[in-house]
Amino acid sequence: MKPLSIPERLAKNRFKLDEQESHIEVNQEIARATGTGKAIVACCPAHVYAEEPDGTISVEYAACLECGTCLAVAAPGALKWHYPRGGFGVQFREG
Amino acid sequence: MVGAGIAGCVTAYQLARQGRSVLLIERGESAGSKNLSGGVLYTRGIQQVFPEFLDEAPVERRITRNYVSFLNAGSSVAIDYKDSRLADPVNAVAVLRVKLDAWLAGRCEEAGVLIMPGVRVDRVLTQDGAAGKRVVGVQAGDDELRAHVVVAADGVNSFIAKEVGLRKQEPLNHLAVGVKSVVSLPRDTIEARFNLTGDEGAAVAVVGDCTEGVGGGGFIYTNTDSLSVGIVVRLDDLTAKQKVVTDIFDHFLEHRFIAPYLKGGELAEYGCHLVAEGGMEMIGEITMDGMLVVGDAAGLTLNTGLTVRGMDLAVASAVAAAEGIGSALDRGDTSKAGLAGYRERFFASYAGQDMKTYARAPAFLELERMYKHYGEFFADVLYGTFNLDARPRRHLLKVARKALKHSPLKTRQLVSDGIAGARAL
Repeated sequence: MKPLSIPERLAKNRFKLDEQESHIEVNQEIARATGTGKAIVACCPAHVYAEEPDGTISVEYAACLECGTCLAVAAPGALKWHYPRGGFGVQFREG
Repeated sequence: MVGAGIAGCVTAYQLARQGRSVLLIERGESAGSKNLSGGVLYTRGIQQVFPEFLDEAPVERRITRNYVSFLNAGSSVAIDYKDSRLADPVNAVAVLRVKLDAWLAGRCEEAGVLIMPGVRVDRVLTQDGAAGKRVVGVQAGDDELRAHVVVAADGVNSFIAKEVGLRKQEPLNHLAVGVKSVVSLPRDTIEARFNLTGDEGAAVAVVGDCTEGVGGGGFIYTNTDSLSVGIVVRLDDLTAKQKVVTDIFDHFLEHRFIAPYLKGGELAEYGCHLVAEGGMEMIGEITMDGMLVVGDAAGLTLNTGLTVRGMDLAVASAVAAAEGIGSALDRGDTSKAGLAGYRERFFASYAGQDMKTYARAPAFLELERMYKHYGEFFADVLYGTFNLDARPRRHLLKVARKALKHSPLKTRQLVSDGIAGARAL
């Protein structure tokens, strides 16, 4: 099988983007101080999180596959993460 | 009912068949659209609920071949267990959840369940009672929906079980992340590659180099005309070793013993899922006044190293929950005490007893050496046996002793792991 980048893999999925509301919010100070920033970059299968040159964590919420792994590894207060609003987000066709 | 997965749909279906009024709320566009499993479903439990299951439900293949292997960088040692008895009666099937859950939801509707898709439950509604908080319904947007009993079937992240304190933040050794690709391949290619006939299927489970030594494993399950291929890695070990999960997945897909299975395939879908790995230790309170939790939301999964179970436990918990709720409603007491029948019935069922039987499995599977040293040791013993290098042969025991000398494994670890493994598994 041809190796695909993560964006190429995500392009095979169907997403219904909520353009009005992000379901993810990073507290940059806590994320930096606790190491949560690096941890969520490494553990997210969809590469939702990226560390910017200035050390802040950027969030591409539209790519989220809604597994909740980031929330599980995040230090208290570092991450606000809930499910997207009803009907939005990834809509699997296989599962 | 919050969540139209297996646990939610089966609970809803059973309650509707008792003549109860059931509302099933699902945040996805339709039932199944947020759901993902590995996924092998052990079917006996669900067949008791739906006797027509194997004939009518959209199952992929009947699993008759279990291939379990220690995978090293350049070698692999496996048990390849094929048995026609696993096909008749059927024991397990590969499933794709979007199709399966849509079918389950259809059954629910036929039985009279009202399904509300595309709606996210934001919080539970509670009321202060004599014995503390009582759940009286849920809020979704501006809508307040009230019920005698709320069932949290909202998956491993169960926000509503956490909100009311039935679940807490889990330690990372109780959780794993699963990453999976569904790879399309022609039917006959799959049957040739996995040595299958007709609708027979294979479940390949590997530990070792497939996860670069991180606690967990890899899998390939055969669907009708696709493969589900993925890894599951424990979060405590992943974060401690500072590995990037997608690098591990790529390493698995490109492994010289895995890549040939996937050759020529086209990616159909890429997904992931948080997996409860704590077993019995994760299961706390599963009932409170006016509410109970089922399936993944209750932490019900079981990894015994050989079988990996979740969906059949969801079915068993759903059946027990529907019975417990039914008798609570009949008595007009849906307090925690009134709903206690759920817990009793679940732990009296085969699934609940299995949770207890395998209570020591998670700790055993946390042993670091399972994911590197054992696979290499087994391969070294076999290499010493098969590699006829023009030197005189030695008996197997001597070959094993020599391999052990070169391995970080100690004799006492072999003995203690053997005993612990036999007890845990």
